[in-house]
Amino acid sequence: MKPAPFSIHIPDTVEEALACLSKEGEDARVIAGGQSLMAMLNMRLAEPGILVDISRLGELKGIELGPDGLTVGAAVTQAEVFHHPDLPRYIPIIREALSHVGHIQTRNRGTICGSLCHADPSAEMPLMLATLGGRVTLASTSGSRELSASEFQTGLLETARTQQELCVSAHFPSLPETAKWGFREISRRDGDFAIVAMACVADQGTVRLGVSGVSDAPTVEEWSNLMAGDIPDLLNRLAWKMGGYDDIHASARYRRELVRRIGKKLIEEVLA
Amino acid sequence: MKVLQQGQKYSVEFVLNGENVEGFAEPRMLLSDFLRHEIGATGTHVGCEHGVCGACTVLMDGKAVRSCLTLAHQVAGREIRTIEGLAKPNHDFGALQQSFHEHFALQCGYCTPGMLMTLSELLQTGKRYTEHEVRDALSGNICRCTGYREIVDAAMVVLGKEGKVAE
Repeated sequence: MKPAPFSIHIPDTVEEALACLSKEGEDARVIAGGQSLMAMLNMRLAEPGILVDISRLGELKGIELGPDGLTVGAAVTQAEVFHHPDLPRYIPIIREALSHVGHIQTRNRGTICGSLCHADPSAEMPLMLATLGGRVTLASTSGSRELSASEFQTGLLETARTQQELCVSAHFPSLPETAKWGFREISRRDGDFAIVAMACVADQGTVRLGVSGVSDAPTVEEWSNLMAGDIPDLLNRLAWKMGGYDDIHASARYRRELVRRIGKKLIEEVLA
Repeated sequence: MKVLQQGQKYSVEFVLNGENVEGFAEPRMLLSDFLRHEIGATGTHVGCEHGVCGACTVLMDGKAVRSCLTLAHQVAGREIRTIEGLAKPNHDFGALQQSFHEHFALQCGYCTPGMLMTLSELLQTGKRYTEHEVRDALSGNICRCTGYREIVDAAMVVLGKEGKVAE
């Protein structure tokens, strides 16, 4: 199908983009890479009157990557981060997670911040933000604010961003050098939406497990002094806490079972 | 700030296969439709129209992208390469096209422009690729005829470690 008619506003600065959202926000959608939004427009799941195209704003194209972590502007593509030469050194888990985000053709245009704002319950970038304890910066004409992953992603395809706000950047802390990590994703085919994706980071006696695709938003659990014998019980409790949902890809029961089985394998692999 | 009003057509200038071209498009027009209906470059095929099948893949500034998930106005000033740009000046096949031909890597041919454009991104890097990397790149292109074996074989001849020297 084709998108319903809309106007395109192409701001020259972030300030102009914010002014535009402040005035037209109720009827506008922000487009950067458009790899989720364009599909929704084509299927007419979204019919905004205005698209605010921020993809050419140089101010939003910054990538800072160092010992403190990764900070990406809203127009930075998934491919740009994936191919960053320092990514394997500081946050290798993000590279692994990005390899599961769509395909090379969508990663070439899709943005990290766009994935976060789309807030698909099974998506990899919201899972990274939650598991690594990252933050999102939202700006509007009246100022800016920083939110943690759980403050930002409020539910299924829902975030705390108001229609007058623009997500200008996201920050992911680096992994400590001593940290061990693992990432597992179950999908029907490579590049499909994940049925369940899991990220695990272990450092100095604590084990953190992030799970997406089971509840409306990524869920993160942290355990200290984890005993191998306790893992099945803890994962079972986590699976029931998240509940799961039925859709065309899998049943809630199947998702809970993946948490128990793949979660156990992942944690054991990381701690090995 | 530039504003493109809905329902009105605006000029889009860009480079298509090395030539400067201009067309007119409404804000909502997809790049895939723009290429086919306005520019007349019908080599780019349209399959699912929501970014899943890969038939409409083109190169935008050298990167493989879905033209059905890109708006016509987003290519203003950019360089687009399509299947029409792969043949040599004397209309001989390019290396990938020749290899597809030799390996029977197409049957109905509907997905082929997208397959070739995805592989073109790899070809232009001049690097050598493993079969796993080629399969990973092609995972974004769906073929319902061949079962992929011939496509991967054709690609490996051009892009693989043992392959011919890239163009």
